[in-house]
Amino acid sequence: MLRYALKRLLSLLLSLAVASLVIFFVIEVAPGDPASFMLGINAQPETVAALRSELGLDVAKWQRYLDWTGGMLTGDFGTSYTYRTPVAEMIRDRLWVSLPLALYALTLSTAIAFPAGIYAASRRGKPGDIAVMGATQIGVAVPNFWFAMMLVLIFAVNLRWFSAGGFAGWDTGVWTGIRSLTLPAISLALPQAAILARVMRSSLLDILGEDFMRTARAKGLSRRQALWRHGMRNALIPVLTIIGLQFSFLLAGSIIIEQVFYLPGLGRLVFQSISSRDLIVVESVVMLLVFSVILVNFLVDLAYALVDPRLRART
Amino acid sequence: MIDLKKLAFASTIALAAGIGAAQAQGDLTVAVQLEPPHLDPTSAAAGAIDDVVYSNIFEGLTRFMSDGTVVPGLAESWEISDDGLVYTFKLREGVTFHDGTAMDAEDVKFSLDRARAEDSVNAQKALFTSISDVAIIDPLTVRVTLSEPNGLFLFNMAWGDAVIVAPESIDTIKTNPIGTGAFRFVNWVQGDRIDIEKNPEYWGTPARLDNATFKFISDPTAAFAAVMAEDVDMFSTFPSPENLPQFEADPRFQVLVGSTEGETILAINNKLPPFDNVKVREAVAHAIDRQAIIDGAMFGLGTPIGTHFAPHHPAYVDLTANSAHDPDKARALLAEAGFPDGFETTLHLPPPSYARRGGEIIAAQLAAVGIKAEITNVEWAQWLETVFKGKNFGLTIVSHTEPMDIGIYARPDYYFQYDNKAFQDLIAELNKTTDPNERTALLQQAQTVIANDFVNGFLFQLAKPVVAKIGLEGFWVNAPTQAVDLTAVGWTE
Repeated sequence: MLRYALKRLLSLLLSLAVASLVIFFVIEVAPGDPASFMLGINAQPETVAALRSELGLDVAKWQRYLDWTGGMLTGDFGTSYTYRTPVAEMIRDRLWVSLPLALYALTLSTAIAFPAGIYAASRRGKPGDIAVMGATQIGVAVPNFWFAMMLVLIFAVNLRWFSAGGFAGWDTGVWTGIRSLTLPAISLALPQAAILARVMRSSLLDILGEDFMRTARAKGLSRRQALWRHGMRNALIPVLTIIGLQFSFLLAGSIIIEQVFYLPGLGRLVFQSISSRDLIVVESVVMLLVFSVILVNFLVDLAYALVDPRLRART
Repeated sequence: MIDLKKLAFASTIALAAGIGAAQAQGDLTVAVQLEPPHLDPTSAAAGAIDDVVYSNIFEGLTRFMSDGTVVPGLAESWEISDDGLVYTFKLREGVTFHDGTAMDAEDVKFSLDRARAEDSVNAQKALFTSISDVAIIDPLTVRVTLSEPNGLFLFNMAWGDAVIVAPESIDTIKTNPIGTGAFRFVNWVQGDRIDIEKNPEYWGTPARLDNATFKFISDPTAAFAAVMAEDVDMFSTFPSPENLPQFEADPRFQVLVGSTEGETILAINNKLPPFDNVKVREAVAHAIDRQAIIDGAMFGLGTPIGTHFAPHHPAYVDLTANSAHDPDKARALLAEAGFPDGFETTLHLPPPSYARRGGEIIAAQLAAVGIKAEITNVEWAQWLETVFKGKNFGLTIVSHTEPMDIGIYARPDYYFQYDNKAFQDLIAELNKTTDPNERTALLQQAQTVIANDFVNGFLFQLAKPVVAKIGLEGFWVNAPTQAVDLTAVGWTE
């Protein structure tokens, strides 16, 4: 187990190093200069030059790359060009919105998908199965921002149960915070739940047809006992993979939902920073997202090993 | 998106009946489209900064009123020497910054010197270049000496970029602005909102509101929902004009459309062949149907212009007839210029909807006379790099929102590269002229010169739609500078 974990860790570190190079240089070659963006179309060239040197943009690219990566190792992400506040602080503030939102959405989607998938698998071919599969088909096909707009229309504009967007902040109370994240979390969770339910169902059905399941029944277990004791563990592997991917997606991919609900999350920060060419913020956030994706994959790999002892032995 | 609007419309009717959510009389939540990058109006061009701080938090020696006039601000009065070179400002007594320190001549000197310094990062440094010296006479008297007369000096001092800041608080101004205004800064939750509160120590008429919150909503659908759900009390410069009739029909809201300083133009690269030929530019001008663009791209909001000047200004000359929509004439002019079959060019469109939507319509209008404009959508940063700095474009659409900016046509290295010595002399003379009547005559002459040279396609003056709840009053309808001045805003009893 330890060797397996170490091997995975090494590949994690390598991926991070390569990612930092790619991110930095791809973003730096994009046309656009943060200083001219800040100063607009009436500024004089020498003013732009003065701001560039104030921001430290007149330093060579490779030097800035080294400063940036070196800083990140010590937790210093540099200072935003436009906001002029430490990037680490900005990311931390935004994470307080994005992370709870992703977890909230993931909890919701799992809470919907597991019962739905298990139910559908156990009713294979019957009306219940067909109904669940039909619903998930719609869930997969409809984009989450459409759900978002519908939820806003019904629950914010008409019923006035929630506000149409914005984030009240955790300092106004946990309940108000959760309340502002509820509509976004539901709209993120629905399509994810649909995918997850389908995976859950097909994975269970595959397992139910396996020889060891027949053996389990033959030794006298009931259908249900066989499913819970032997089936579930095996069926969970593909489901875990999907959950891992979904979490990364939820953290990074909620830009549109954050835009629709004008939430101060990471996605919107990236969006704003790209348009104002606040390169250091873009680079740092993207790096952080890459890190979280790689980390989640690493944890999922470890989780596989826990669920499936064969993986441990194979290394 | 369209379905949503229909649904929303139906729901509005269902809603319109019973609403009366009580709100605190002294509180206001106002939404604007863009969040400011920071809160120092003297070191960035972002209009979003002025939206929040202009007049609310920071004040200058003079200030703009909603009708565009310039009135005394922190300077109570001033004397101008006969040669127009020396301005002696008498400052108001008893003005303090929000941190309790006194505002005096030291602060004025500091602010002006900082803006015109060599390493200044003031986006409008040109406003200060005519200043040659700032001298403190006594704590409440400042003498500003100019190197040459400047007819716009008092006007320039009213800009958000010329507000008075204090040396004590300059280091933290970007996140904790300390000004002299009727409101003081409370809190900024980045990405979400900025809170300001009434300044009880204010030297002038106190604010009517106790607390105000700025929210930042750029997505048109979200903006619509926020107003409909009454999450915000007022939306300054509402992003989608197509929704306005719906608000107008709703008894909960008032819609006011004001004018701005934004001349929206189809900018032409005057040095790039074939646009270096005035006949070609004239052909472009006649190919454009302004009203079709205003109706199609702006849903009717906007005033046609025939030159680079705001129609609400007293010195405006209506020159729209000079470049009236006339495709036949455009085709004839192209043939005369040696392009009977037209030509191909590029059209770069920055993100705002006036450009993206207007660009599609203009491309079609140009195609009708034989000019094939290939559309490229660009982000602002990219636009600044390739179009503005690189001058690598044929045509582009942009709104010039700075007030009284006809002077940009006297800068031959400016992105549309109009180089006319006679015009440059005219602007130089205008800058030196202080007599109002002479200024008007010169301004009118300048407008006519660029219209007759067909420098750019002059489209329309950008309008500013404001949606507010019924009962809210005292806000700016017209925008002589970009600002959401809340100093006189309040709820009717």
